[in-house]
Amino acid sequence: MSLAELICPAGTPAALRTAVDAGADAVYCGFQDATNARNFPGLNFTPDELAASVSYAHAKRTKVLLALNTYPPAGKVDLWRQAADTGARLGVDAFIVADMGVADYIARTHPQVRLHLSVQAAASSPEAIRYYCESFGVKRVVLPRILTIPEIRQIRGEIPCEIETFIFGNHGLMVEGRCSLTNYLTGQSTNMDGVCSPASDVEYARHADGSMASQLAGFTIDQFGPDEKAGYPTICKGRYTAPNRPQGYYAFEEPVSLNLSRLLPELIEAGVHAFKIEGRQRSKSYVRGVVRAFRAAVDDIKAGREANIADLVALTEGQKQTQGAFETKKWR
Amino acid sequence: MTKLTLGPVAYHWSAEMRRDFYARIADEAPVDEVYLGEVICSKRAPFHEPDLPATIERLQRAGKLVILSTLAEVMLKRERKATEDLAAMEVPEIEINNAAGLFARGKRPHRIGPFMNAYNEATIAWMARQGATHICLPSEMPAPAIAAAAQAARHLGLGVEVQAFGRASLAVSARCYHARAHGRTKDNCQFVCEEDADGMPLRTRDDQPILRVNGIQTQSESYIDLLPETTRLVSEGVTHLRLMPQAVDMVAVAQLFRDVLDGKMPMAEADSQLAELSGDTGLSNGFYHGAAGYRRIAMAAPV
Amino acid sequence: MISETPRPSRPGEGAVARLSCLALQPILSRIVRRIAKKHSSLFARLGPHQTTDFLIDPVELPFALHLRPDPQALVFRAVPRHAAPQAGAVIRGRFLLLLELVDAEEDGDAAFFSRDLEVSGDTEAVVRLRNALDDMEDSLAEETAGMFGPPGRAILARFRRAYLNTSTEEENP
Repeated sequence: MSLAELICPAGTPAALRTAVDAGADAVYCGFQDATNARNFPGLNFTPDELAASVSYAHAKRTKVLLALNTYPPAGKVDLWRQAADTGARLGVDAFIVADMGVADYIARTHPQVRLHLSVQAAASSPEAIRYYCESFGVKRVVLPRILTIPEIRQIRGEIPCEIETFIFGNHGLMVEGRCSLTNYLTGQSTNMDGVCSPASDVEYARHADGSMASQLAGFTIDQFGPDEKAGYPTICKGRYTAPNRPQGYYAFEEPVSLNLSRLLPELIEAGVHAFKIEGRQRSKSYVRGVVRAFRAAVDDIKAGREANIADLVALTEGQKQTQGAFETKKWR
Repeated sequence: MTKLTLGPVAYHWSAEMRRDFYARIADEAPVDEVYLGEVICSKRAPFHEPDLPATIERLQRAGKLVILSTLAEVMLKRERKATEDLAAMEVPEIEINNAAGLFARGKRPHRIGPFMNAYNEATIAWMARQGATHICLPSEMPAPAIAAAAQAARHLGLGVEVQAFGRASLAVSARCYHARAHGRTKDNCQFVCEEDADGMPLRTRDDQPILRVNGIQTQSESYIDLLPETTRLVSEGVTHLRLMPQAVDMVAVAQLFRDVLDGKMPMAEADSQLAELSGDTGLSNGFYHGAAGYRRIAMAAPV
Repeated sequence: MISETPRPSRPGEGAVARLSCLALQPILSRIVRRIAKKHSSLFARLGPHQTTDFLIDPVELPFALHLRPDPQALVFRAVPRHAAPQAGAVIRGRFLLLLELVDAEEDGDAAFFSRDLEVSGDTEAVVRLRNALDDMEDSLAEETAGMFGPPGRAILARFRRAYLNTSTEEENP
C-alpha cells in the first residue's frame, strides 16, 4: 500500500495554515519571485512568512515543500541558489525542482534536503525519471498529467523513487516546462519568470450587444455571448478558428478542472505515493474544502473503508470536470 | 566562422517532399550542418525513416555535417525504443531533446537540443560534464541570457546554437491538436497533419492570426528572424545559427543569412528580401529583445 | 448621497440603505483603520497597487465604495456614483457577492472572472487585492459585523442566506 500522502497548495500563509488544519500531509509553496511557477501578483511567501509557516506546519507534523521549479536564465542563477539556501536554513522538508543546474546545486550544497522532481521537468518515461534519480538523487517525481493508470503502474515498477500525481484542480494541457505561449504574447516567460497569462496583461472588453472578449496583451483569447460565462484568458483554454473550424472551437482544451476522485482507490493501488492538489492561486475556502474532502476519502481507503467518493465529485459539481488522460488515452 | 545549420523538419512533409527538399539543400543551400529525424510525432517516423540512410549519404556527399535529432516527447514504448536506438548509434552525431535520451546516451558525446531547457550556465556546466559537446538554447531566451550562456558554454568548449529563422516551438502536448481540429484522436489521426506543410493556422475570434498547430506542437504564427541580430549574436559567442525548415524557399533563406554573415550583402537589403520570401507570414524578434515573442523590434544600433 | 432612482427590491437592501444613511463614513473609516492595524502584511501583498484607486461598486446599493489602500493615507469612503473618482480598477457586482469575495468563506475565484462580477481597469490590481484579502486570517465580514454587535451579525446572517438562495457557483481557472 502506498503512503497516499496529500500534498496541498498554499499561496499565502493563511492558506498554508488552512491546509495544515484541514489535514494536509504536506503543503507546497514558493517565494515571491521568479523562482517558482506561480509567481503571481500578491501571492506567495517572504522568507519571514515561510519561517513562521514552517514552524506552524512542523508543530502539526505537516511537511513543507518549497517549489523552486522554474528555469533560471543565464546570469540570474544566484536568485535560485539563494532561495535554496534560505529554504534549507528554514528547514523545509523538500525542494521541488525542474532545472538541472538548480538540482545539481542543491544535491551538492544541501544534500540533507530531499529533492522532488517538479512536473515542470516533464519527466514522462522511466528513463527520464531515472536520469534525474541517478544524477541528483531525486526521491520523488511529480508525473505529468498525461499518463493513464496502466502507464503509471508500469513506470512505478521501473523507477527507484516515489510517484506523486495530480488529483484535483486546474487541468494543464501543455507539457509543463516546455510552454512559451505566454511569453509569445506578453514578453513574460512561464519557464524563466514563473508567469502564466499574467493579470497585468488581462483585459475584458465589453461590447454594446452585451458580449465580452477576454484579452491577453490585446489578443482576443475568447469571446462570450451575453449569457455565457466568461473565463480567464489562459491561452491554451481559448477559442480560436481554424480553416475547417470557422465558428471557433477550443483548439487545445475546454476550460475544465481535473477531478480524479473516482480513480483514487485505483491510483493508490497502482502505487502512487502522494496526491497533489493544484491551486496555489486559489482561495483559502477552496483549499479548506478540497483538502478536507480528500483527507476523509484517503483515510477511509487506507482504513479499508468505503470512501465517500460522491463528496469529492461534488467539489466540482455544476462545473465541467474531466479525468483527463488518466482514464483513457482517447484523451490524446 | 559562424556556421549555419538547418533544423529538423517539424512538419509531416511527405516522403517525396522531403526527398526533393533535401536534394536541393544538398546541392544548393549554403548550410554547414543539417539535423534530420522526427522530433514531434513518433507516428510519423515510419513514413520517412526508410529514406534516412540515403538522405544522410546525399547530404554528407555534399559536404554537410549530419546530426540526428531525437523526439521531444518520450512516453510510449515506441518512443522509448526510438530514443534508445538513436542513442546507441556511434555515427552520425545525435542531438538529444528529452531526458530519456540523456539517460540512454550516458557520457558518450552528444548535442543538447532546444527542448532540453539549457537556460543557464549551471545547467550547461552540468550537461558538459555528462558529455554534451554542443547546446541549442531555447528560442525564448533574451539577449543578455544568450550572451551569458554562450560565454559559459564557449568556456567549456561547447558549440552554441540559436534559432535565427522559422516558427518558434511554443508548446508540446500529449494531445494531438491537429487530430482534435478534425474531430479525431491521436490514435486515429489518419495523418491529417500532412495537409499543413507550414502548420495549421489558428486565428483569434476577431480574426487575428495568432498560433500554428503542428500535431502535438504549438508554434508561433510569425517566423523568428534574427538576421538583423546576427552581428550581435556572433559577438556574444554564438557559433551556430539554426534555420528551421518552413514551406518557403529555404535555399534562398540560407543564402541571405550566409551573405549577411560574410558581409556580402547589406543587412537592410537582406532583411527586406527575407520578408519577401516569407510572404504573408510576419517576422519577429521579440524574444531576443525581451519583449513579446511575436513583436518585431526595430533594429538596434550595431554593436 | 442616496440616489432616488427606483430599483428592484432585493433582500437586505433596505437594511443596507439604512445602514448607509447612518453616518456611513465614520463606520467605514473605523473598519479600514482596524483592518490596517490588525493585518499590516496586507499592504505588502498589494505591492505597487497600494496607491491604486479601487472602485467597488455594489450594483444594488445606492452608492459605490472608493478604496485607496495606501498605508500612509488610507481612503475608504462611500461615494455617489456620479461623483466617483477615476479609478485604476473597478469591481462591480452584487453586494452580497462582493462580501463573499472579501470574506473568503466561498471560493472567490469562481465568481471573480465570471459575469457575476465585472472587473475593469487594471486586472493585476484586482488580483493583488483579492490575494491580499485572502491572506487575512479572520472573516472580514464577521469582523465588521462584530463591530456592530448582535444586530450587525444578524444582518450579515440575513445577507448570507439571501446570497446562498440566489447564487450559483461556477468554476474558473
